[in-house]
Amino acid sequence: MDIKILGTGCTKCKKLLETSEQAAKEMGIQINVEKVTDMEKILSYSVMSTPALVVNGVVKVMGRVPSLDELKKILS
Amino acid sequence: MDIFSWLNSQLLRMDWLSSLVRQLVEKVFHLNTTSRLGASIHFFIYDVIKIFILLSVLIFSVSWVQSYFPPERTKRILGRMTGFKAKIVGALMGTITPFCSCSSIPLFIGFTNAGFPIGVTFTFLISSPLVDLASVILLASIFNWQIAIAYVVTGVVLAVIGGTIISKAKMEKYIESFVLKNKMADIEPDKLSRKERIRFSTDQVKDVFQRVWVYVFIGVGIGAAIHNWIPEEVITSMAGKDKWWSVIVATLMGIPMYADIFGTLPIAEALVKKGVGLGTALAFMMSVTALSLPSMIMLKKVVKTPLLVLFAGIVTFGIIIIGYVFNTFDYLFI
Repeated sequence: MDIKILGTGCTKCKKLLETSEQAAKEMGIQINVEKVTDMEKILSYSVMSTPALVVNGVVKVMGRVPSLDELKKILS
Repeated sequence: MDIFSWLNSQLLRMDWLSSLVRQLVEKVFHLNTTSRLGASIHFFIYDVIKIFILLSVLIFSVSWVQSYFPPERTKRILGRMTGFKAKIVGALMGTITPFCSCSSIPLFIGFTNAGFPIGVTFTFLISSPLVDLASVILLASIFNWQIAIAYVVTGVVLAVIGGTIISKAKMEKYIESFVLKNKMADIEPDKLSRKERIRFSTDQVKDVFQRVWVYVFIGVGIGAAIHNWIPEEVITSMAGKDKWWSVIVATLMGIPMYADIFGTLPIAEALVKKGVGLGTALAFMMSVTALSLPSMIMLKKVVKTPLLVLFAGIVTFGIIIIGYVFNTFDYLFI
């Protein structure tokens, strides 16, 4: 599964990254995480509020950090 | 008994907390609260707790409101409007959107990319850090409601005038080209459940706490020092009401400084109590929060120097004017 975390490096982006990795680990799925910090690239996803989570090219969450349970649902 | 004055003194100014801390300082530390040391400690403990309580309650409620206005939605609302109305609404939207420049830059990009007039975008950008719901209630708590409302009105007026000047100056060519390239799609933000809103708001409180607690401690510390240790003559001789240049000096001093409004308010409070003009103190506060090096560096990524200079110039000039207006009419407020 291809995952991208969009954000300019705020604390919430780190938290989203950590929570996503934990969710994937607990579910036992293989993920490929990439952090996108470049404003121009973030823009190409039409996202205005960071942090945002992109799963296989689709924006799933933006502007907030979901709970571990919600992330598991998103990743399944 | 007047219910409003009771609400004001107990809920906003937290007089109960003040007497509680006085008990603590006198009974536990055995210090007289009329002595210098005792008064400083009282001011410090009382103000830090008060600001932290207000901050938690306020950020939580403001975030709750914000969760209904994600930037993507703000963009759609504003996109339907034009002219003067768009600017006013832009300035008002700026008051309910995030606190720091790191979140207003993506907004700037989104607005510009959607083809908003530059005037509307900058109106929003000026009002966003300057006026927000939390700071207004905090102003009411430390000073009074008249000052808080006057602050909002002048902030919104400054934002609208600033936006208008920038649009008249035809500055579009100074926006970095990548902002306009690649049209962004209109995406519908997901509907949040009540549980998710609570989570979002609690996260915001935690986030703001982590970001500002240092500034609050420093700000209250400086406030306590001004309050009790620096002689009034020293302060009034530098920034007293009779010194015409005090507003300009306060504004220019505030620009390179970077702190949250929660940290600057206690300083402003102490300054006013020491005979500094209300306008001078507000000008200092506004310039610390609205203009700062980090936010300028962020902005530089999306606009070119001439536009950045004009933006900083307009905001500085506006703050100075507001300072003089408040100094001239401060007998109406205090």
